[in-house]
Amino acid sequence: MPDLTAKKKRPLWYNLSPLNLPVPGLVSIFHRISGVMLFLGLAAFLYLLDLSLASESGFARAGELLRHPIGKLLLIAVVWAFLHHLCAGVRHLFLDIDVGVGLGSARRSAFAVFFISLMLTVFIGVRLW
Amino acid sequence: MVKQIVVGAHYGLRDWLAQRVTALVMLVYTLALLVALGRGPVSYASWKALFAQEWMRFATFLFVASVLIHAWVGMRNVWMDYVHHTGMRLALETATILWLVGCAGWAMQILWKV
Repeated sequence: MPDLTAKKKRPLWYNLSPLNLPVPGLVSIFHRISGVMLFLGLAAFLYLLDLSLASESGFARAGELLRHPIGKLLLIAVVWAFLHHLCAGVRHLFLDIDVGVGLGSARRSAFAVFFISLMLTVFIGVRLW
Repeated sequence: MVKQIVVGAHYGLRDWLAQRVTALVMLVYTLALLVALGRGPVSYASWKALFAQEWMRFATFLFVASVLIHAWVGMRNVWMDYVHHTGMRLALETATILWLVGCAGWAMQILWKV
C-alpha cells in the first residue's frame, strides 16, 4: 500500500505581484508597449508619407493634419514611443555585448532611457506646439 | 520538474539576430534622415527631391524591409506571450504577416511613384 501521509513534491509558484517592478523591468515593459504603439501607427505613417509626396496640396494637407491638436497629440505620443523604443533598443544592444550588465549600471542605464526619451519628447513636443 | 520539449530548427537564434541587425539598419537610417532633413525648413520641393534620389529609395527600401522583419518578430512575441488559444494566435499571427507585407508593398508603391 502506498504511503498516503508522505508529502507529494508540488511545483512551486511564486507570487511576484507584491514585488515592485525595478526600473529595468519598467523599461522592458514600456519597450514592448512602445513597440506595439509603433506597429499600430504604421498605417498612419504610410498614409502621411503617401499624402506628402503625392502633390503640393497633399504636402500642405499632411502638414495641416499634423498641426491639428489631435494630430499633434498623436504625433507626440508616437515621438515618445519611437524615442523610448530606440533608447531601450540601444541599451539592449549594449547589454547583448556584455556592456553595463552589472546591477548598478543596468539600473542607471534604465533610468537614463526614461530620462533621455522623456526629455527629448518634451523638447520636441514644446517645439511642435 | 518541468519536462522541456525541444522543438524547431534554431529559428530562435535567427530571429534574435534578425531583430538586432534590423534595429541597427533602422538606427542608421534614422540618423541619416535627421542629417538630411536637419539643414533647414522642409518644403514640398525639397521633400520630394529627397525621396526622388535613387540612394534614398534604396535606403528607404532597406528601412521598410527592416521594419517588416523587426515588427514581425516583436508582434509574434507579443501574441505568443498573451494569446494562449492556438487558433486565435494563429489567426493573429497570420493577420500580422499579411498586414506587414501589405504595408511594405504600399511603401514601395509610394516610393516608386515619386
